[in-house]
Amino acid sequence: MTGIGTRPGRPLPRFEALAPARLDDAQLRRNLGKATATIRGKRQTVVDELPHWEALREEGRAAKAAVLAELDVRLEQLEARVRAAGGQVHWAPTAADATRIVGDIAARHAAREVIKVKSITTDEIRLNEALAARGIVATETDLAELIIQLAGEPSSHILVPAIHKNRSEIRELFVARLGQGDLTDEPRALAGAARRHLRAKFLSVPMAVSGANFAVAETGAVCVVESEGNGRMCLTLPRVLVTVMGIEKVVASWDDLGTMLQLLPRSSTGERMNPYTSIWTGVTPGDGPEEFHLVLLDNGRTQVLADSVGRQALQCIRCSACLNVCPVYERTGGHAYASVYPGPIGAILTPQLLGVEQADSLPYASTLCGACYDVCPVKINIPEVLVHLRGRAVERQAAGAGTHPYPRLERLAMRLAAWAFGSTTRYTLATRVARVALRLLGGGGAVTRLPGYGARWTAVRDLPPPPAQSFRDWWDART
Amino acid sequence: MRVALFITCFNDTLFPDTGKALVTVLERLGHVVDFPAAQTCCGQAHINTGYRRDAVPLMRRFVDVFAGAEAVVAPSASCAGTIRDLYPALANETGDASLAAAVRETGARTWEFTEFLVRRLGVTDVGAYFPHRVTYHPTCHSLRVLRVGDAPERLLRAVRGLDYVPLPQGDECCGFGGTFAVKNADTSVAMLGDKLRAVQATKAEVCVAADNSCLMHIGGALHRQRAGIRIAHIAQVLASTESERLA
Ligand code: SF4
Repeated sequence: MTGIGTRPGRPLPRFEALAPARLDDAQLRRNLGKATATIRGKRQTVVDELPHWEALREEGRAAKAAVLAELDVRLEQLEARVRAAGGQVHWAPTAADATRIVGDIAARHAAREVIKVKSITTDEIRLNEALAARGIVATETDLAELIIQLAGEPSSHILVPAIHKNRSEIRELFVARLGQGDLTDEPRALAGAARRHLRAKFLSVPMAVSGANFAVAETGAVCVVESEGNGRMCLTLPRVLVTVMGIEKVVASWDDLGTMLQLLPRSSTGERMNPYTSIWTGVTPGDGPEEFHLVLLDNGRTQVLADSVGRQALQCIRCSACLNVCPVYERTGGHAYASVYPGPIGAILTPQLLGVEQADSLPYASTLCGACYDVCPVKINIPEVLVHLRGRAVERQAAGAGTHPYPRLERLAMRLAAWAFGSTTRYTLATRVARVALRLLGGGGAVTRLPGYGARWTAVRDLPPPPAQSFRDWWDART
Repeated sequence: MRVALFITCFNDTLFPDTGKALVTVLERLGHVVDFPAAQTCCGQAHINTGYRRDAVPLMRRFVDVFAGAEAVVAPSASCAGTIRDLYPALANETGDASLAAAVRETGARTWEFTEFLVRRLGVTDVGAYFPHRVTYHPTCHSLRVLRVGDAPERLLRAVRGLDYVPLPQGDECCGFGGTFAVKNADTSVAMLGDKLRAVQATKAEVCVAADNSCLMHIGGALHRQRAGIRIAHIAQVLASTESERLA
């Protein structure tokens, strides 16, 4: 149900094909506009409190870049520390490996049911589906994740997966799926209904599966940051805890974790600190789970690491600040990206994880306005990576791969323009032809209808009447 | 100072009045303007659409054409941004170290018009007169690539007779984005709609910006809707005087 787009070998539907239906959804537009504006405002307030915010961002960027540069060493260090603390470590090169590992652990404990928290990485590997195929039911415990799980929809936001739903829609869903008839749409009542449903699970289910925000190589500590406390229940009550973590989530030191914990809550929920931060190291007899497994997931990440421009996407701490400021995301929502990772970070991460030809519309789902780069707490230059990936998409299209609807035509037009602009004579001729053509199309006035792809421009916009004289002609006549 | 004008292919072809206005302002301030005739296009559309290799000859050409210039000034934030922000990576890809060095050196001398006036020349009052209610759309590349800051607003506030109204949510993208406007036409229009509402809320007569490309997008819709608000490049407002209105 979740995790669209990560089936190997099958390209994602194109962004511009999915966007119109979302743009037309008035409820979605209103929910998203309201929610993103609120989070943006809160973030700005708590960021403005810190005079050294820019220095902190630089610290965060440098820490992440450094750990990525020696990732092999740091991961082995992490593995050794986790083992020394009584945990078990598994390496999962692919999504299939990771789901098999988790399924085997569940089978060993005869678990028919697992509870989950921090599920974006497990969405990426489609864990719930894989477990269901083995007869194991996975229940999401984060309220928003639970909502979309009950609705049978994928997440549309990294941090607020149900950002596209408002409370009356949630009430209807709870009435239908949790059988709680006399529910109002008060947030307190909705949370109470979810709590009643989940508390029973926390006390009975033998195994939990979590993601991780960070893991500290020097100590083997794993960290999960959340708002509701349901995560803490998952991490402490079941007998077995399995954490599935992308290999890029490791940080070198406890100090670096400190930096990240200052950057993340302010950027994501607009809080100085989030309500629940759980940190554990291996297992502790008599306290928490008896068995701890850490699954280190690659699933395309080492391939991203090999790209000197694109690799900065792996610095991401999934705060979702870039989604909340993105003018494209704010209007289309997450589902138009057809990817577990939506918004600006999704537009640079998904094509790299899947192979750019599988998701070659995503790098174009941006005006390159740069708002994302300004807010990113680890200074990922998202516009730079978008432009870089457009280059790689075009290379793949030239080799016959990708989903572009008219790659040959576009290539021809671009080649022709570059050729024309390669000499002053050709340039002057080409721009004169353009002006004459526009004059003919507009009958001397504004151009209201262009042929071909130009029609997408003139659908809602006129073009001004072309001038009789170019600047160059004016300059030549003047001197 | 001798200023080399980079008119940009788009302004040369469709908005020559902007170039004339830029020349007028700089000459009024006592500077000499050169127009190197061999200039064509910076290749921004190629780079931003992914046709990086096709842009390399255009980059070489730009660097050659403007080699000796003391300052290169363009009436476009996104074209100036191409030189400063996009060329260095493209030059590195060619493996040509002397080209990469030349690109960095040219970039350091390349300015968008309003930042050139305020930052380089230290001028905010250019002696203009423009008795109209004006709002200003700060384009994304002027704000977040070139970081021109409040330079354009300071120039506008110094214009005699001008009634300046700040644009609500001004720093939000208008939805143009070059080929984005046609590749993602529906999303572009959704963004444009919100920008138009903000422009109309100012009750301005004229919406100005430092980029005719975004202005063509905003102005094209204002014209289609017969909104009664016209667009003008900021250079045309700054060139206007009591005796001559150029916007
Ligand atoms: S790319 Fe940056 S802003 Fe976006 S989610 Fe990742 S860390 Fe946050």
